[in-house]
Amino acid sequence: MSLVPTSSQTVGPFFSIALGRLCNENIAAGTAAGECMAIAGRVLDGDGMPVPDAVLEIWQADARGIYPRNGEKEDSSTAKGLCGFGRVATNEHGEFRFVSVKPGSGSDTEGREHAPHLLVSIFMRGLLTRLMTRIYFPDEPRNANDLVLGLVPEERRDTLIAKVADRAAGSFQWNVILQGTDETVFFEW
Amino acid sequence: MSEPVSYRLPHLSTQPPLLHPAYVSSQKRAPTLPLIRAPHTSSELSGPIFSASSVEPRICDLTRQSSGAPIGERIVVSGKVLDEDARPVRHTLIEIWQANAAGRYLHKKDQHDAPLDPHFTGCGHTLTDDEGRYRFVTVRPGAYPWRNHANAWRPAHIHFSVFGPAFASRLVTQMYFPGDVLQAYDPIFNSIADEAARARLVAGFDWDSTIPETALGFRFDIVLRGSRVTPMEK
Repeated sequence: MSLVPTSSQTVGPFFSIALGRLCNENIAAGTAAGECMAIAGRVLDGDGMPVPDAVLEIWQADARGIYPRNGEKEDSSTAKGLCGFGRVATNEHGEFRFVSVKPGSGSDTEGREHAPHLLVSIFMRGLLTRLMTRIYFPDEPRNANDLVLGLVPEERRDTLIAKVADRAAGSFQWNVILQGTDETVFFEW
Repeated sequence: MSEPVSYRLPHLSTQPPLLHPAYVSSQKRAPTLPLIRAPHTSSELSGPIFSASSVEPRICDLTRQSSGAPIGERIVVSGKVLDEDARPVRHTLIEIWQANAAGRYLHKKDQHDAPLDPHFTGCGHTLTDDEGRYRFVTVRPGAYPWRNHANAWRPAHIHFSVFGPAFASRLVTQMYFPGDVLQAYDPIFNSIADEAARARLVAGFDWDSTIPETALGFRFDIVLRGSRVTPMEK
């Protein structure tokens, strides 16, 4: 028997009444092993205006490149304290921020190594389906051989690579540009 | 245990486009450059799993979240979450949200001049059971006006957020009600080109889940993308 997947629809403007419960800007509970980092940025629309009603979902591996097998901190079977899943909404200025540990590099089922990255789903009023993208890190030699990054035209790769905001503090900046010059690369997965 | 190696690509006409000009908000928010098709790696094939401890068991009854009963027509909304091969998606988190019976959300930015209901939050969540089943008790949401175009009204709907087993299976959608004349005029509903796919977003009236003298029943099954698995499964 073959069924057709249910059609996507927008989250609309009022998702926070339900999705707010799992909003958590702390993906690693402060006890996970690894290099602490913070990523902050803004979501901007085609007029360059901040999007105050977007929600981002993050999915990431632990510092060893292993994905948690359970989304909950207390039950995590990989890195203690890392749930791997984060959900953050933008504020009235279109800003979001989350903290975690930097993911390690992993390998896929065919043994190809990939560069450290986070997955991001983006939902908002005006998006009938979610957008999917990745955040990579600067000064990362493994970026050069990453399978997915390699599919992106070279002139657009910078949209996927976070910029160092404060090296000592481990903070990065990464923006979501929905349209126009520097439009973020989104993937079909 | 078998491990999925990829998820199937969407059937295009059954999923809405990113830009649907009649839905005005999409005009400045839909990306203009084509999406880049990429293979599924271990990142997209894994995803958060929520256990029973992350769920409040009674919150799936939206008519009993308060000391009093909400105003409106009580309904049961239930169904199954399946994948493309009709396999149940077990123990997956479903989050729902909706307007109250008067068509108003409990959200500070909802300025529709209709009353809030002190006994209705409009949100709930649950996990599917061993057979992929879920069940909510709620009140039928009202239609409400919005500013997409002159005299625009959203048909009654309930928002559904479903995770499934992987990042690739994540779905957010809306459930509509049978016989709602507003569906024909709604650019969000009609962003889906395929008529049969649109029809599947409309719940079926369901005598079997009706609670006599208490609540009418509606059935809404959800299908998530199916995975291809390694041959080792057999």
